Amino acid sequence: MDWLNDWGLSIATFLPAIGAVALLLIPSAKEKLMNTAALVITGVTLLVGILLCFEFDYGNAGALQFELNKEWIPQIGANYHIGVDGMAFPLFVLSLLVSFLCIIYMRWHVPEPGKPKAFLALVLLLETGMTGTFIALDLMLFFIFWEIVLVPMYFMIGIWGGPNRQYASVKFFLYTLFGSIFMLLGFLALRLNTGTFDIVQMVDGGVSGSSMFKNLVFAGLALGFAIKVPMWPFHTWLPDAHTEAPTVGSVLLAAIMLKMGTYGFVRIAYPILPDAARDFAPVIGILAVIAIIYGALCCLAQTDLKRLIAFSSVGHMGFVMLGLATLNDKGINGAIFGMVAHGLITGMLFFLAGSIHERYHTREISELGGMLAQIPRFGSLFTYAAIASLGLPGLAGFWGEMLSLLGSYEPGAGLSPALFRVLMVGGGIGTVLTAGYLLWTIQRVNLGKVPANFEGKPIFDVQPLEWIAWTPLLVLILVAGLFPKLILHVTDGAVQGLVGVLGG
Amino acid sequence: MELTGLVQQSVDWHAIAPELVLAVSAFIVLVADLFLPKEGKWIAMPLAAAGIVATLAAVVSLAGDDRGTFEVAGSATFVVNDFALLFKGLFCVIGLFVLAISFHHFRSGRYYQGEYYFLMLTSLLGGLAMASARDLISIFIAIELISIPAIVMSAMRKGDARSNEAGLKFFLFSVLSSALMLYGMSLIYGLTGSTVLTDIASSIGSIEASSEPVVVLAVFFLLVGFAFKISAVPFHFWAPDTYEGAPSPVAAFLSTASKVGGFVGLLILMFEAFPSVADTWRPLFAILAVATMTVGNLVALRQTQIIRLLAYSGIAQSGYVLVCFALIESGPGAAEANRQALTSAIVYLAIYAVMDAGAFAAAVSFARKGGSYFISDYSGLWRRSPVLATLMAGFLVSLAGTPPMAGAWAKLFVFLATVQAEVYWLAVVMGVNAVIAAWYYLAVVKAMFFDQPDSTEAVEVPYLLRAAMGLAAAALVAVFVYPPLITDLADKAPL
Repeated sequence: MDWLNDWGLSIATFLPAIGAVALLLIPSAKEKLMNTAALVITGVTLLVGILLCFEFDYGNAGALQFELNKEWIPQIGANYHIGVDGMAFPLFVLSLLVSFLCIIYMRWHVPEPGKPKAFLALVLLLETGMTGTFIALDLMLFFIFWEIVLVPMYFMIGIWGGPNRQYASVKFFLYTLFGSIFMLLGFLALRLNTGTFDIVQMVDGGVSGSSMFKNLVFAGLALGFAIKVPMWPFHTWLPDAHTEAPTVGSVLLAAIMLKMGTYGFVRIAYPILPDAARDFAPVIGILAVIAIIYGALCCLAQTDLKRLIAFSSVGHMGFVMLGLATLNDKGINGAIFGMVAHGLITGMLFFLAGSIHERYHTREISELGGMLAQIPRFGSLFTYAAIASLGLPGLAGFWGEMLSLLGSYEPGAGLSPALFRVLMVGGGIGTVLTAGYLLWTIQRVNLGKVPANFEGKPIFDVQPLEWIAWTPLLVLILVAGLFPKLILHVTDGAVQGLVGVLGG
Repeated sequence: MELTGLVQQSVDWHAIAPELVLAVSAFIVLVADLFLPKEGKWIAMPLAAAGIVATLAAVVSLAGDDRGTFEVAGSATFVVNDFALLFKGLFCVIGLFVLAISFHHFRSGRYYQGEYYFLMLTSLLGGLAMASARDLISIFIAIELISIPAIVMSAMRKGDARSNEAGLKFFLFSVLSSALMLYGMSLIYGLTGSTVLTDIASSIGSIEASSEPVVVLAVFFLLVGFAFKISAVPFHFWAPDTYEGAPSPVAAFLSTASKVGGFVGLLILMFEAFPSVADTWRPLFAILAVATMTVGNLVALRQTQIIRLLAYSGIAQSGYVLVCFALIESGPGAAEANRQALTSAIVYLAIYAVMDAGAFAAAVSFARKGGSYFISDYSGLWRRSPVLATLMAGFLVSLAGTPPMAGAWAKLFVFLATVQAEVYWLAVVMGVNAVIAAWYYLAVVKAMFFDQPDSTEAVEVPYLLRAAMGLAAAALVAVFVYPPLITDLADKAPL
């Protein structure tokens, strides 16, 4: 299937954007038709992604596949160069899947103030930006896709968000814009140094110049990526954005958009500037462990369920960053596994938090309770997702954290083992705290007595559409937990290549 | 006998065809207005539009040509090349767009319509002539031809004191700047003995060191003169008051056509005549650029009225174009760097003109019926008129320089040229300014989309305005997806 090899990635990336424009032509009154159209668009897109899964050469996952390189803006030497390897492919497929599930979920419920047309169009536009980021092999192209997600997410939070949505949306926008300007400066400095925007050529040709220059460029890139991840102390936009965003927005933010930041490290910052990566790895590792512990402590203090899940993302992304900081194959494999697992699990948790709000019209943990007694199936799903999040062996959350910690024991590329073993202990403490707050949350929300004001009220259990939207995530959490090789097998080849570049 | 040579030389009529067609059209509009009945005065607008389309056709017929005419001492003072044609085309497009904004506004108000369209075409003629002008005198005539009709247009609302104020302010500043500009030009003539830019360029590099202060002074006066026209800080004070007092379509014209006209003149002067002494005057532009974008953005933060917001935003946008001038280099090997700076300036101006005109069109549409010029009244516009709100948001997002609109490339190209010239501090100033600017553009977007509306009544937008805004937005998205649509043209258009 030649067309799939050449154009599959492009179709999967641009079909949603074209669909978004098409959606605008449907009269506003036909809400169901609109959702069906969006469902077909994301469904076909996902189908292309699944076909690509069959075409992907797993034996050669370290190499770039489905590559396409066309002239785009000759004046500045930017090309439409795309392709995926084992590191990008799982994230690419994940974004197609999660976007599709979000559209299904929206069939059940569109948040206030309605206007499904605009909402669906924004989700589709977001999908283009997210998938595009994971396939871009040209810095300018990467930057454009990266920036495309900004405006739709701003509107999504600002229009359909919670009570504090205006503050959250502007904070999100300006914070990210600020970071991406430094990232852009880094890209342009690389362009001047190497004479190209092409990531592959940059990695092959290397960057010349003093270590001061390389470190400065790395710092610029890292700032942009770190805000997106978000790394402590650049995380303050996240709790607001996640909490105020509508359910679908939180899911997309947590499941995919945060990964754009960590992906930027493994695709761009690390392989192009391996020396600087070695210099910065200890700092990244320390900040990562602070994030793990800080995130867990903040979770313990939260009273709002959704805000709690948001802060748990800070901790989980801390594990991903710790894995990246080790610069060895275990750690980086663990990091990419962690990205996928966090996407599945936290996406699921945000879905559940949204549905809890729909049922109880509150997310205050103190006002909830006894969910297992009142809506047993829903309660079980919540328990399942929460213990997956705390890293129970056998579920997806376990492997990423385990590999990150394992990688820290013997960090690569001449990093100080002493420091990283301390970090490993710090991370270990973090896992205990994580287990602590999640179990405590399960206890407060799921167990105990049903609060008096919900007693005898007709709170409905899991709805059919919710089952449809959630089952793929639930199954994948289990499958990835039981057979981690399914993902590691894909990522390992590319990670070995990266570790080779890093000198590990 | 030199004079007879000037008089007797043959004129390349095809080269000046666009200007001729436009001048004749303006005349036809003026005369036709005399014979049109009162209720049929609006026909002046389709006549003017036809004139601009014919002008555009003349521009297209010259595409790819490289001509020159009106020679002085062997050098053409009026040239037709890709640069000139690109801007002539741009002026025609802006002209058509402003006509679309003007039509309903002037038809329903108590205006002398024919007079207005005549003046607008005349001002546009100045823009077209500017793109081809290659000596000091034609540049001066072109800039006056742009300004003087625009002054009258600003004061078109005769009964309104603010409109009178707008015209008077604009007039006084304009006269002052013309005087300064002429003074600078006379110094240049005294130094080099020529008014033709190519001659100036070849002789100014070799003047003795003791005359250097005079060069700086001359460039300084020229620069100040143009700074008024393009409303650069600290010579910007007239702009917000004039924009606010003038009829809004005139403000749109001033902010796009008139400003681009000033920039074209400045581009021609600086890139053609003075690059060899760039070291002496480059810092002037750097200071002017930083002051313009920073002050423009900071003052814009506090605006409550959309036209004033757009005025200050337009001032800030001028600052980004001025950055390109601060990148001009002298000496051998400068050609490539200067070409980059020029390309990014052209790209910026072209994209700016479209998005700014679009924003004005949206503001005029909203203010027409059931709305106002106050940003607070934009609250919840999305719920009342989703299409208008979305278009306005698109133009503002583009002005902010954020994807998915072409404005992102305008900023990126200047940014790239700045980094390439290794003027990193300017790049950082630009970056910080971009974040500040995002704040006030977003404030309007926020009001339109996130706030509750006071009324539920839809805003009625005429089809002409809808079509104009739709085309502008589509063009901005298309250029965002495939920037070579404009960068290819700009790249192939050296002076």
